[in-house]
Amino acid sequence: MLRRLTRWAVAAPVALALVSGLSACGSDEPGTSASASPAASSASSSALTVFAAASLTETFTELGKTFEAANPGVKVTFNFGSSATLAQQITQGAPADVFAAASPATMKTVTDASMAAAPTTFVRNKLEIAVPPDNPAKVDELKDLTDSKVKVALCAEQVPCGAAAIKALDAAGLKVTPVTLEQDVKATLTKVELGEVDAALVYKTDVLSAGGKVTGIDFPEADKAINDYPIAPLTKAPAPDLAKKFVDLVLSQQGKDVLVKAGFEAA
Amino acid sequence: MVLAVVGMAFLVLPLAGLLVRAPWSTMPERLAEPQVLEALRLSLVTATIATAVCLVLGVPLAWLLARVSFPGRRLVRALVTIPLVLPPVVGGVALLLVLGRRGLVGQWLESAFGISLPFTTAGVVVAEAFVAMPFLVISVEGALRAADLRYEEAAATLGASRWVVFRRVTMPLIAPGIVAGAVLCWARALGEFGATITFAGNFPGRTQTMPLAVYLALETEPDAAIVLSLLLLLVSVAILAGLRDRWVTSA
Repeated sequence: MLRRLTRWAVAAPVALALVSGLSACGSDEPGTSASASPAASSASSSALTVFAAASLTETFTELGKTFEAANPGVKVTFNFGSSATLAQQITQGAPADVFAAASPATMKTVTDASMAAAPTTFVRNKLEIAVPPDNPAKVDELKDLTDSKVKVALCAEQVPCGAAAIKALDAAGLKVTPVTLEQDVKATLTKVELGEVDAALVYKTDVLSAGGKVTGIDFPEADKAINDYPIAPLTKAPAPDLAKKFVDLVLSQQGKDVLVKAGFEAA
Repeated sequence: MVLAVVGMAFLVLPLAGLLVRAPWSTMPERLAEPQVLEALRLSLVTATIATAVCLVLGVPLAWLLARVSFPGRRLVRALVTIPLVLPPVVGGVALLLVLGRRGLVGQWLESAFGISLPFTTAGVVVAEAFVAMPFLVISVEGALRAADLRYEEAAATLGASRWVVFRRVTMPLIAPGIVAGAVLCWARALGEFGATITFAGNFPGRTQTMPLAVYLALETEPDAAIVLSLLLLLVSVAILAGLRDRWVTSA
């Protein structure tokens, strides 16, 4: 949650700068009667808004910089959050160009509303057991989480990481009673980072992005619950050309390299 | 007048939005789900206990701030309002850092008494009381400052003990302030979300209060979220209206 707050704190000034930049554009040409419309059209072609799952924060921010470098004058703005929330914002008419979701189900909400066509799976993410570096409960396999003395955090089943966790546990035939069902994967990870729980099921990429603050443990049953990440340009995108270009970048070898380095598996 | 109407519309329209979008046809079956009633019960119980905790700790604190002059009183008064300006999520993190398993106080609580507050119903009460207490303290302190000291002095000169003065004179004088503070406190505790989900987590039947249930329902089933919101709203308005009638008749 803290992460998300700081993200907003970063995003707000960016958005403000964008708005004030645009109004400055308009006031530069006070003589022309049609000053508003060129400003508006230049705004639509020089700003790209990407709605992406929280787990893509680090990789997409990096790709956004690459995109800006390759397209001078273009400003990429991100809205990172829970895929389900983003999907709802899009169907309610939020002005976004690209949607990258952490699950096919959340993307389906958007395609069902005819807001996006033909999503492409661009990466896959696998679960890992995350434990504090000193691993106080001595967890080393999935079965250890069933011990009632081990405090476990899972994502709520309504969010993709929670659905994946249930799938993995079912595949292993295990029953885990967590102490909490968190609202998103970053909140789940935070509980491990603070040492409030002994273990949690989160994505491998989240473990990597936490640096040394948590330790990740692979488990074989994770193969049964691999999460596909679909991406699609949106049909009502204010900047359709840029949207397509950004999706191409994510699907390119360059995009793949960035994502794989962060722990994703190539689709 | 116009501004008053705009003000009212601003407060009431979102409620109208909920009513318009509510899925009336599926309402009964959605309300019958055991998780819904469990969350409602938990919300009412924890908000009430949190209000009781706030009364026990908050009234003496308000009295101290209003009646006792000590160095640093203004600073303390400012510190009391911290939970009001702190984003609740940050409040939750702060609570974890103090009362969590590895927190300053929590570490000691666990090793000495085996008590761990995060992820328990008691943790929900702690989070709610932390966020709601300033409402009570500010309101009671205001009442205490407005109460005329001469009544208390007169009672004292007539031979009443300090306890009798407090119970028979001060309390009736500031009762409206205490009631108003308690109502605000209860309402704030009932709607508490950020500090609760951060400090106490989310588990049905143990720490999942209505606002948490609403938030998670919104992820997959916006209709269910609307039903839950309306239920919470209806129950809280009914309780507050019922209480008000009682005070009005008894006063």
